[in-house]
Amino acid sequence: MAEVLERSMQTMPVPVKLLPAEKVEPNRLRTEEMVLNVGPQHPSTHGVLRLEAVLDGELVIDVVPFLGYLHRCFEKHTEAMTYPQVIPYVDRMDYLAALSEEHGYALAVERMMGIEVPEKVEFIRVLFTELQRIASHLVAVGTFGLDTGAFTPFLYCFRDREDILEMFEKTCGARLLYNYIWVGGLSHDLHPDVLGMCRAFVKKNRATHKEINNLLTFNKIFVERAANVGILKADVAINAGASGPMLRGSGVKWDVRRDDPYSIYDRFEFDIPVGNGMFGTLGDCFDRHWVRMCEWEQSLNIIEQILEKYPQDDKTDVQKAVPKRIKPAAGEIYSRVETPRGELGYYIVAKDNINPWRVKVRSPAFVNLSLLPIISRGYLMADLIIILGSIDIVLGEVDR
Amino acid sequence: MGLLDKHDNPFDSSNIVITGTDTLINWARLSSLWMMSFGLACCAIEMMAASASHYDIGRFGVIPRPSPRQSDIMLISGTVTLKMASRTKLLYEQMPDPKYIISMGSCSNCGGPYWEHGYHVLKGVDRVIPVDVYVPGCPPRPEALLEGLMKVQEKVRKQSLARTAV
Amino acid sequence: MTNTEIYDKLKGAFGEKIGEWHEQTGSEYMKRMSSYADVTDAGYIRDVCLYLRDEPTLGFDSLLLLSSVDNGDNTLSVVYHLEAREKKQYFALKVTVPADHAVVGSVTDVWSHANWQEREAWDMMGISFQGHPDLRRILLDEDWVGHPLRKDYKYPEFYRGMKVPY
Repeated sequence: MAEVLERSMQTMPVPVKLLPAEKVEPNRLRTEEMVLNVGPQHPSTHGVLRLEAVLDGELVIDVVPFLGYLHRCFEKHTEAMTYPQVIPYVDRMDYLAALSEEHGYALAVERMMGIEVPEKVEFIRVLFTELQRIASHLVAVGTFGLDTGAFTPFLYCFRDREDILEMFEKTCGARLLYNYIWVGGLSHDLHPDVLGMCRAFVKKNRATHKEINNLLTFNKIFVERAANVGILKADVAINAGASGPMLRGSGVKWDVRRDDPYSIYDRFEFDIPVGNGMFGTLGDCFDRHWVRMCEWEQSLNIIEQILEKYPQDDKTDVQKAVPKRIKPAAGEIYSRVETPRGELGYYIVAKDNINPWRVKVRSPAFVNLSLLPIISRGYLMADLIIILGSIDIVLGEVDR
Repeated sequence: MGLLDKHDNPFDSSNIVITGTDTLINWARLSSLWMMSFGLACCAIEMMAASASHYDIGRFGVIPRPSPRQSDIMLISGTVTLKMASRTKLLYEQMPDPKYIISMGSCSNCGGPYWEHGYHVLKGVDRVIPVDVYVPGCPPRPEALLEGLMKVQEKVRKQSLARTAV
Repeated sequence: MTNTEIYDKLKGAFGEKIGEWHEQTGSEYMKRMSSYADVTDAGYIRDVCLYLRDEPTLGFDSLLLLSSVDNGDNTLSVVYHLEAREKKQYFALKVTVPADHAVVGSVTDVWSHANWQEREAWDMMGISFQGHPDLRRILLDEDWVGHPLRKDYKYPEFYRGMKVPY
């Protein structure tokens, strides 16, 4: 496989440099810039996002994103709800990785109140968060393939996703939006079947991972579309506050699970994959896709370690540490977790009341999306869709 | 000699079927309702799961089309905000008749969990466009969506060309 | 460097422009991630941020979040959460301004992402940033009246002909 690919790489053309308009005879060609509206209803904007692309022919001069089509007033709701009542709203922000969002919020309030959760609860939380990471990357990879025109990986990814959703449904009754991770514990104990289902799933999913790599990642058409497109340099990424696969695809090794550890992540061994410019320049769309594929594999490794170390005979009640009344003392906190999209932060201001005074969310998709105008100048219109797909946005989180 | 002479009792065999025009045309229409993919929020993920291989909305003849001008059904899946409401109305007006609207999920039925404090949320998409079927849930399971689709099919089955022509 | 050392260095460089150091009691995490330094002069925030970014021993090259808070006593605060990625160092600054004259210096040319974050603070809380290249609403439409996250915000009855309350 590798030799075939190397031979084909030698004949792969370098992206064509388009002639600037002045070089063509100025008397014969009259060109002007065109503004093309993409969205809000569009099959490949991953939700309701509107882009105004200023084009010179097919060349993108500038892109202006317009947000707010899914602004659901999350931050105003938190001021009217009690602390536990906020958790279903937190789910609905990043609906593809709802458990990560809940984990972040519960962690922030627990840190404020100084609550220690039982070890069993931590194991279940990490297990479910890693399963959620795989489920989210499955959708990201599937829809990214769909953007490039590949329909089959989408179906294979959703087939595996159904197994994960079945495990979640057995435990807490919901497929997509769970209200499962509560402040101080969980809403239900792990269903007895789930560990067995998990073992079978890990075996099956490793095969799917290899299958998607063969079908999509090392596919010549996909590589030619994704390599050398949307290059993000490391210093630009850091200055813009990017995080997650967007930052790691540019070669910066930063992961909240490693650099600001929370829960019991320090007990597990896992790598932090970074982009390496395998098929193009460092920081292009292929690197971000490659980081997601490697993270998927690392999550499977973490899940295997959890299955080995899980305390089977621990009969603690998962709601043991849930306080009767959640009323943190006056103060504020900034707390963060690593979701599949990047670093999710919660800034909570409490004023000794049962309602939070202010909850501000640092949404990774919002920060990563602000880089779109910078990394898509000078590419073709079709590349713009690929770049948008590689950022992996979820509009619920961008607009809150 | 024709079809009627071939057998002893031509109306007995299965070569000839007699039915009303309405039934035939409605049967053709309900078996190929093309859907406009209008995924707004979390319900869109369940709509995608319904289109994938596990629940397979394609076996009902439903193909997702990107443009409103080529679709019969608009599936409003997700919260409709005030900013999006005028665009939803525009898309509704761009769809050619006969069209059917399925409001999927609690947010587009009545505002959902954002009903009380959402200053930017439209409390139900039926404030801007007429809805045929409401599918409850937050988000509804793909099977619930399929049931909603079957209710639209029942509605199509009962429609009549003759009455609208007169 | 610990947070108190950074505060001392900042105080040494800017003197009266830096106010008190607020440290939270409690766990190690609370001490690290909940403490902040006051900046008394809102116009000087850009110089303070430039110093924090460019000084070699500090090197805060990433703006994590720019939050706006309505304190309830007719003042608004802007909180800057900063991070030095290589050194894994976190620091926070807070600026407080009166609600009827909420003007803060913009840090768009220090960290590029501050552009969108400041537009959101303007949209939601009504804090205007001096020196911002393009201060307009980002989440709500241009013709929206009012700044929703203020504590005295009144919900609108109608917007563009659509009824807003339930």
